[in-house]
This record gives sequence, structure tokens and C-alpha cells, in this order.
Amino acid sequence: MVLNMSEEVKPEFWRWTESNWKNPDIDWKAAKYITVGIDVGSVSSQAVIMADGQIFAYGNMRTGSDSPDSARKALKFALAVTDIPEDRMDYCVGTGYGRVNVPFADRSITEIACHARGANFIYGNEVRTVLDVGGQDIKAIQCDEKGKVNNFLMNDKCAAGTGRGMEVFSDLLGVPINEVGDRSFEFEGEEPGAVSSTCVVYAKSEATGLLRKGRSKEEVLAAYCKAMAERIYALIERLGVKPEFAVTGGMAKNRGVMDRLMPMVGLKRMQTEWDTQIAGAVGAALFAYKLCQKGKGRKK
Amino acid sequence: MITAGIDCGAKNTKTIIMKNGKIIGKGMVRTGFDPGKAVEESLDQALIDTGNARDDIHKIYATGSGQKAVKIADDSVDEIKAMAKGANFFFPNARTVTDVGAEDGRAAKIDEKGNPLDFAINEQCAAGAGAFIESMARALDVTIEEMGPLCLQSDKEIPMNAQCVIFAESEVVGLIHAKTGKPEISKAIHDAMAGRIASIIRRIGVNEDIVMVGGVGYNPGFISAMKRELKVDTIYIPDEPEYSAAVGAAVVAAEEA
Repeated sequence: MVLNMSEEVKPEFWRWTESNWKNPDIDWKAAKYITVGIDVGSVSSQAVIMADGQIFAYGNMRTGSDSPDSARKALKFALAVTDIPEDRMDYCVGTGYGRVNVPFADRSITEIACHARGANFIYGNEVRTVLDVGGQDIKAIQCDEKGKVNNFLMNDKCAAGTGRGMEVFSDLLGVPINEVGDRSFEFEGEEPGAVSSTCVVYAKSEATGLLRKGRSKEEVLAAYCKAMAERIYALIERLGVKPEFAVTGGMAKNRGVMDRLMPMVGLKRMQTEWDTQIAGAVGAALFAYKLCQKGKGRKK
Repeated sequence: MITAGIDCGAKNTKTIIMKNGKIIGKGMVRTGFDPGKAVEESLDQALIDTGNARDDIHKIYATGSGQKAVKIADDSVDEIKAMAKGANFFFPNARTVTDVGAEDGRAAKIDEKGNPLDFAINEQCAAGAGAFIESMARALDVTIEEMGPLCLQSDKEIPMNAQCVIFAESEVVGLIHAKTGKPEISKAIHDAMAGRIASIIRRIGVNEDIVMVGGVGYNPGFISAMKRELKVDTIYIPDEPEYSAAVGAAVVAAEEA
């Protein structure tokens, strides 16, 4: 049998760019504690390496079918840009949906705690409400000036409003996921109404119907981004929003959803130079650092 | 007296012709993009077997999501009443009737005359509708017809964690990666689906006899999962269960003639 390769290669529009990074200004050899935070999410996995509580390096990749393997790969990816030997790690905290499956973690801490702590670090201690829109869930968290959780709400039962829902749409419309935000504003005339179906499966049928009626891909994206924003807002409204407001997770990079969400919230969202997807792993690495300072680090 | 019931659904349009309480003709065509045309065609198809002409029909009642497309109808019946009356026509002892359509799941509590007393419906979430099994069949790379028989080959219990169809797809892919067999995965899918439909039924109470109408009645895997879930020995299914709502509409047309 001759394999027809042109049929085999199907573009995967949902695939976002994986990245790793190192801070060139930090000398890890001078650090007392090297701590690691691993966030194994349903869609993406991050490893953050900290030198005395400062971000030294990170890796951000797609989660595979196997959690332990994804954790290991993310750490290797972060280590790859550094010259730290793996055994130099003093303490490792695992978090996220696959947190119990981080084989080399000394401890696991819930993603709610880690996201609040991580947002406090990357956005500053004025943050009181953290919205995390991840691959398979939406979390709204209220926290204090230390990044300690006071209250939270979460949707992890339904794909509506999550990153996975957006990936399904990017694939359906053939628009690369990182272009979705900008493309959703590229149309003439009035902003279309939000897609009315909550369920992603039904929203897909609705979108196909809109395309058939002659709406452009951009208009359909606008309608779906609007629906996402409404869905996310419903959750944060239930929790209540206290300023300052910060967003973590991959959806923070999608201005199609964010620019439609913020007028509903009625606040400005805080800005950061950091990759918003690493917040959970940053929180985990900070918890690891705290534990080291309390003398709970690994004995070598 | 001759009456007709036309059920214009999202997928198929079904027509039933009844004469003095007996079914004498039936027709089914794809609804497609022109429901009006589908209605005409299914009615003509149903009339062929009867030797009657349209003018011989005393009353035509419409039902289904596309009931407005049935221009020739004298009146319409809501989908709950149509399915209830249809179930009662085949099984007079029916007290609970359930229907799983492509995009919704519903259940009704009915009396001995087939009048609905209470009902519950899910049309917001694909996890409680036929679309769930369709999506999972795609993920497993088998046809929807193969799903049910596959499931009967397994007696393992693998719980599905995901509620949402989108998340369940990823979970099924995970199970495939973990080398779980297709029969086992299919059983997990049917069990999960049955759990959701059963929870709709429990909202109105589980009262025997239980009747299942609609195309899902052809899926033996789903029926056996439903029996386990509801802890009953028998679930009654009419022959050609997809015609039940059209039958119900024709019955109501006769009652109101």
C-alpha cells in the first residue's frame, strides 16, 4: 500500500508555540536554594526554575497523553537553556490537574493556591482577583496581599469558556490559535451577537450555520469570543471582583476574548511582561522556596 | 377515519398515516435544508402503501423541531405529548417514556391514556444527547451502528471522569493510548451516557413500564446500559422506534377530529 502523505499531514491550527527562556542576569551558582515548580495542566505543562525565589528559567510545552512524561519533558525543556545539573534542585512542588503524577516532586499543592501565589508574584501584590482560564477549566480566585486564597469558584465540568473550547473553534475555522484574537476584530460593520449555544458541540453547529449564511470566519470568531467572554464573566460575577484584577493562563493572550470581557468587568486588567501561562508553576516554585527556607529542603 | 402525523425532526422527517386506530402507511426522508420539501416527500411516500390520496386524510397534525415547516398541517402537537401518545399507542402500560435525540434528551411521566403528567428535558449540553455517542464513535474510529454491539462484548467497568463531550473525547484518546480495547471504551461511553439520561428520568421519577422511543432504540448497548442504570429488567421499545412521535401526532389528530 502506498501512503499518500499529503492526506496524512493535517494542519493543527490549535497548536500554540512552545517556549523556554532563561534570565541571563542571574548566576544560579550564587543561589542558596534552587527550587522548581511544575504545573501539569490538561493542555499545557510548565516548569519554572527559581534561584532564591527569582525566576531563573522556564519551559512551557503541550501536555502529552502521559502526565509523568509531560512533567519530565517540561523540566528538561527548561533545563535545556541552562547549565544546571538536574540534581542541583533543592525542592520541587508539583501542581495542576496532573500534580499527583509528577514523579520527582517532593510535594504537590493545589493549582488554586499556586495560581494565586504566582499571580501575586508576576503581577505584584496589589492583585486581589485572579482569573485563570486554562485548557480545561476556569478559576476565579480572591486573594490577599500575600497571594493567599480567600475564596474561589471554578468550572471544570464543561468546555464552554475554556481554552479547549477555543482550540476546537480554531480547528473548525482553520485559524491558528495565536491569530484568533486579532482576526476576531477584522470585519466591517457591526459586531455580531454572541454564539447562543453554551455547549461547545452545539456552538460548533451554530458556527457552521453562520458560515453557511455567508458570515465571514472573522465574524464567527467575534461571535464566539463574545460568547466566551460572557461565559467567563458569569463565573467571576458570581465570585465578585475586587481590584486589582489580573488574568493568568493561555486565554490572557487572546485579546478577542479579553477586550470583550473587560468592559463587562468594568475594570482594567493588570499587565505583565511574563508569560501568563507560567503563573501556576511560578506559584509552585515559590512554595518550594518557602519550604526550603523553613529547612524542609532535600538533604544531600 | 384517516389521520396523518408528521414529525419534522432535525435529521429526518417522518410521516404516519392511521386509519381507525391502525397504522396503514409510513414514510421517512432526510430533512436536509428544505424541510418543506421533506414534509411533502415523506407524506407522499407514506400514502403509496395505503392507496389513498391526500384528500382522503381528515386531519394532519405536525410535531418535531421543524413543525412550522408542515404547512399542510391542521394543527400541531408539542414533542413531549407526541412521544407520550406514541409510547401509549404501542404500550398502554407505559408510565415513563424517554427519547434520546441527536441534540437533546427528554423523559416524560405519563398516565394510562398517554397524557404527559410531568417532563424533563436537556437541550443545553451534548453530554446528555445522542451527539455524545456520535462524537465518541468518531474518536474511536467506528461507525455509530457499531458502537452498541461493541459495547456488549465487554463487561468491564471503566468510569469516565469527564462530563463534557469535548473533555470526554480527550479522555477516550487517553484510553486508546493506554491500550484499552474498543469494546471496553465503548462500554464506558454507553455507561456514562446512560447515567446522564437516567438522571433526567429520575427528575420525573422512575415508574414502570419504561418505554424508549426514537432512533436510539436501535442501540442494544445503550438499552442494556440503561437497564443497569435504572435497575429494571425490561425497557420496552416499539418496532421502528423513530416513528413514535409521528404515531403520537396521528393519534392526537384522531382524538381531536
